[in-house]
Amino acid sequence: MRAFKLWCLVHKWTSLLCTLFLLLLCLSGLPLIFGEEIAHWLEASVTPPEMADATVKADLDALAADARARRPKDAIQAFARDENAQAWFVSMGETADATESSALFMYDSRTGALLQDLPLREGFLHVMFMLHVELFAGLPGTLFLGGMGLLFLASIVSGVVVYGPFMRKLPFGAVRHAGSPRLAWLDLHNLLGIVTLVWALVVGGTGVINTLARPLFAYWQQTELAEMTAPWQGKPAPVSFSSIDRAVAAAEALDIQKEAAFVEFPGTPSAGPHHYAVFLRGRTPFTARLLEPVLIDAETGAVAATRAMPWYMTVLLVSQPLHFGDYGGQPLKALWALLDIVTIVVLLSGLYLWWNKGHRADEALLVEAGREHERARSAEAGAVRR
Amino acid sequence: MKRVLSARQIWAMPVAVAGSSIIGLVSALLGDGAWDALSWGTLSLPILLSAWHLWRAQTSG
Repeated sequence: MRAFKLWCLVHKWTSLLCTLFLLLLCLSGLPLIFGEEIAHWLEASVTPPEMADATVKADLDALAADARARRPKDAIQAFARDENAQAWFVSMGETADATESSALFMYDSRTGALLQDLPLREGFLHVMFMLHVELFAGLPGTLFLGGMGLLFLASIVSGVVVYGPFMRKLPFGAVRHAGSPRLAWLDLHNLLGIVTLVWALVVGGTGVINTLARPLFAYWQQTELAEMTAPWQGKPAPVSFSSIDRAVAAAEALDIQKEAAFVEFPGTPSAGPHHYAVFLRGRTPFTARLLEPVLIDAETGAVAATRAMPWYMTVLLVSQPLHFGDYGGQPLKALWALLDIVTIVVLLSGLYLWWNKGHRADEALLVEAGREHERARSAEAGAVRR
Repeated sequence: MKRVLSARQIWAMPVAVAGSSIIGLVSALLGDGAWDALSWGTLSLPILLSAWHLWRAQTSG
């Protein structure tokens, strides 16, 4: 009985502390599920045209030259390939190691034509993204949301613990709408909460992991990448740079099952001064999420070093699709949105149950449920003794 | 007073939904086509169950 009351308190307080932020996360996350579609609809994005001949490939060095000509004062930071390999995104910064990009160009990966000069840090989706990821407060904002996510997980677990005693006399899914509205909302809260349990745990848990993305990536750079680039430490920066096309080809030649997902340029934190860092991805739905870093000597274009990602980076990479819901086509996205909406109803009904007390009614219910629980336990114990 | 349900009666459906959700969340990662379809089916279950029980509560006086 005391344990049960304690779990109720845990459920109440963990929920109360995180509910408003969780509502914000659910609401801002909803449009992000359909980010691609919304950007397209707002005409903020372009889709590369379908082409009959899929083997034609644009010259990456020509793309780099085009980007540099458009912004002669800036440095190229990275090339990133879209998931269908029909476009290359070239990002530039005022310097190679700038933390904010100054331009993002989208090129057709077959013809090399510039498709779009993407707007940066503006628009509806940008606001939703910033609210969802960092509350416009940088890394501290992100970590704060991670803390809220942990409270959410605790509230789910404690919610499951108190679900049993509450349901001792109710068949699964019963919604007593004939009685007080409070009772109906309580039943609704229990039903929607328990059926979305695993989804909410997984999306909440992977969300918390994602809040650690920046620290984890920085840690990887300072340990694994630093070890890989150690032999080049102290050497003068390269004076001439090898072809990007050849760097990508050299990395892709290591494993024909893989293709380059993105290329970080010399001078960026992910590549160091002497290398291109080519990150390879697999071609199946699962392996496409995993990355293998290949360092290419920026002067010679030869493979310099490669190694598998450590476990924590793999956990981070796999947790991304499980949070975004972008790994099973449009129907999965639609389900993600519906489950998100159900979670909003769980949050709001929880808030209602707390707000629209009576404390009294609630406590009476709890005490009654607890007594029932106790009675059943002692009856069971008695039966066992006999 | 209503009969007290056994742990099995209380937890059968929640455990079934949880298990099928896990299958659905993992299956779409493993492949396309049938694997995706499996995830659509299993992850529809929470939505369908909620809708069914709400509809039942509305119609049963």
